[in-house]
Amino acid sequence: MSLVNYLVLSGILFSIGAVTVLVRRNAIVAFMGVELMLNAANLTFVTFARMHGELQGQVIAFFVMVVAATEVVIGLAIIVSIFRTRGSASIDDVNLLKS
Amino acid sequence: MTAFVPPEIDWAALTPILIVLGTAVLMVLIEAFVPTRVRRAVQTVLAVVALGGALVAVAWRWGVVQSQGGSELVGGALLEDGPALFTQGVLLLLSFAGVLIIADRYQGEDAFAPTGAAIPGSTYEEEARRAGLVQTEVFPLTMFAVGGMLVFPAAGDLLTMFIALEVLSLPLYLLSGLSRRRRLLSQEASLKYFLLGAFSSAFFLMGMALLYGYSGSIRLSEIAKAVPAMAGMDSLLLAGVVLVIVGLLFKVGAVPFHAWVPDVYQGAPTPITGFMAACTKVAAFGALLRFVYVVTPGLTWDLSAFLWGIAILTMVVGTVLAIVQTDMKRTLAYSSIAHAGFVLLGIIALDVRGISSVLFYLLAYGLATIGAFGLVALVRERDAEGNITGEASHLSQWAGLGRRSPVLSVCFALFLLSFAGIPLTAGFIGKFAVFSAAIAGGAWPLVVIAVLASAAAAFFYVRIIVLMFFTEPATTADGRETTVVAGEGLTTVAVLLCAVGTVLLGVLPSPILDLAASAAKFML
Repeated sequence: MSLVNYLVLSGILFSIGAVTVLVRRNAIVAFMGVELMLNAANLTFVTFARMHGELQGQVIAFFVMVVAATEVVIGLAIIVSIFRTRGSASIDDVNLLKS
Repeated sequence: MTAFVPPEIDWAALTPILIVLGTAVLMVLIEAFVPTRVRRAVQTVLAVVALGGALVAVAWRWGVVQSQGGSELVGGALLEDGPALFTQGVLLLLSFAGVLIIADRYQGEDAFAPTGAAIPGSTYEEEARRAGLVQTEVFPLTMFAVGGMLVFPAAGDLLTMFIALEVLSLPLYLLSGLSRRRRLLSQEASLKYFLLGAFSSAFFLMGMALLYGYSGSIRLSEIAKAVPAMAGMDSLLLAGVVLVIVGLLFKVGAVPFHAWVPDVYQGAPTPITGFMAACTKVAAFGALLRFVYVVTPGLTWDLSAFLWGIAILTMVVGTVLAIVQTDMKRTLAYSSIAHAGFVLLGIIALDVRGISSVLFYLLAYGLATIGAFGLVALVRERDAEGNITGEASHLSQWAGLGRRSPVLSVCFALFLLSFAGIPLTAGFIGKFAVFSAAIAGGAWPLVVIAVLASAAAAFFYVRIIVLMFFTEPATTADGRETTVVAGEGLTTVAVLLCAVGTVLLGVLPSPILDLAASAAKFML
């Protein structure tokens, strides 16, 4: 199977993730969209590593996983503290800051 | 199977970064082992000493680099050259002032929530406040952010740049949610900053993946070498470069990636706003400079429309929206967006003078920003019973402040004049340097727009000065009035540092301009 298929798949996953962030109203679901985008980038790295016949891209994928995990820690802390304050994790409800 | 070759590490060259990150780790241990009573004092002293020490170390490395030339560190992951060291020096100076303002408190209360986990307005929070709890974790968080910022402009490959971006952003997401007062706004700012920040770093990462696919390397110098050989893959290269630049432009708050700036600057605790407005912008522009000047010179033709459009939008939108704001922190936020547009001129110039002018502008802008936000944190509301409450951030509350606290108002006016680019302030020299670099780079239409935008921006800076000095103070129905608190003197020191710097750079700019000019050579 051609390696280009994997690139197409990662493009599709990245787009789904980006649309999720922009469209979905729940902070946790929007955040899952970000994670999907990061993993789509991982798939791209691994595919290109295979194409170039070297390991660098695969190692980068590990770095990205660690960064994604730390983002989860920080993100959930922020989302949970907002949820405890307001009883909702909807992005539409956080609208106090306006011009 | 190739054997693993360990990289050679020149520890001496890493001293500034090691000092800052090592202190940050030490501070986490202090949180665990030092008794609560002395913790805050220990953290403050440690932060100030570490930042001062790192600044000295940067000065020492500067001497070494000037005599021996730049070098690759850690197998090329980090670069030690003029622009990197100059940016690091500016960052350490600004974060030194920033930490002083963060550490300052009034009547034993600093700008941060007594405990970040408490629900705003709950009895638990009130008890924590009465018990005098302090969230001293802000110091290690700040130091980690500074560490990431030091690495960001010195990164020699995209992976290091990405990790540095995360190391500097993640603590800032948390810090912006820790305000003592108006906690709902603060938490909201934190959520917005986090979601949009994570979104933009995903774009950065995807751009990095595409560039890796194009060139087979993430090293900036290798990508730059592969640029001329666009063998039918130019869309891959262009998409990658644009995505990486978008990720960086988000951090500097350029339009159309600016949506978070006003909300986060307004909601975050004011000392953090000042720190992040100045230092994040310096670090991100340092990284953007390196990326644009090292990787994209072969792509100028393809990228210029994109960068020109963003620079014009940033200057115009920032200026126009700043004029219609009624909140002091929001006005300064939009003004910082407009300044990002001016700095972009120096980056678009792609001229040797572009680098030195951007470096100088960042120093001038950073000094005025830290000072201005430090003063905003001191102007408070006082209710009818005489209790000091939150910050008086509405513009109308600043009316007549010049008569009651002339020193503060004069300092604030000085920073505003520097923002506006009035002669004899640092801002004027910075603007002049950036604009002349842009003209030398052939971007004169941008300079025309920039000069018009500066003229329009001068309007709202002068309006605030008129409000402070020539308007009667407004009285509110419920007996609230505006007052200025003194703090413990740390803010005063930081603001004086910024004010003296702003005037000195405006009157005697040549030593620093020469320094910036000798820094203006990127290592490939």
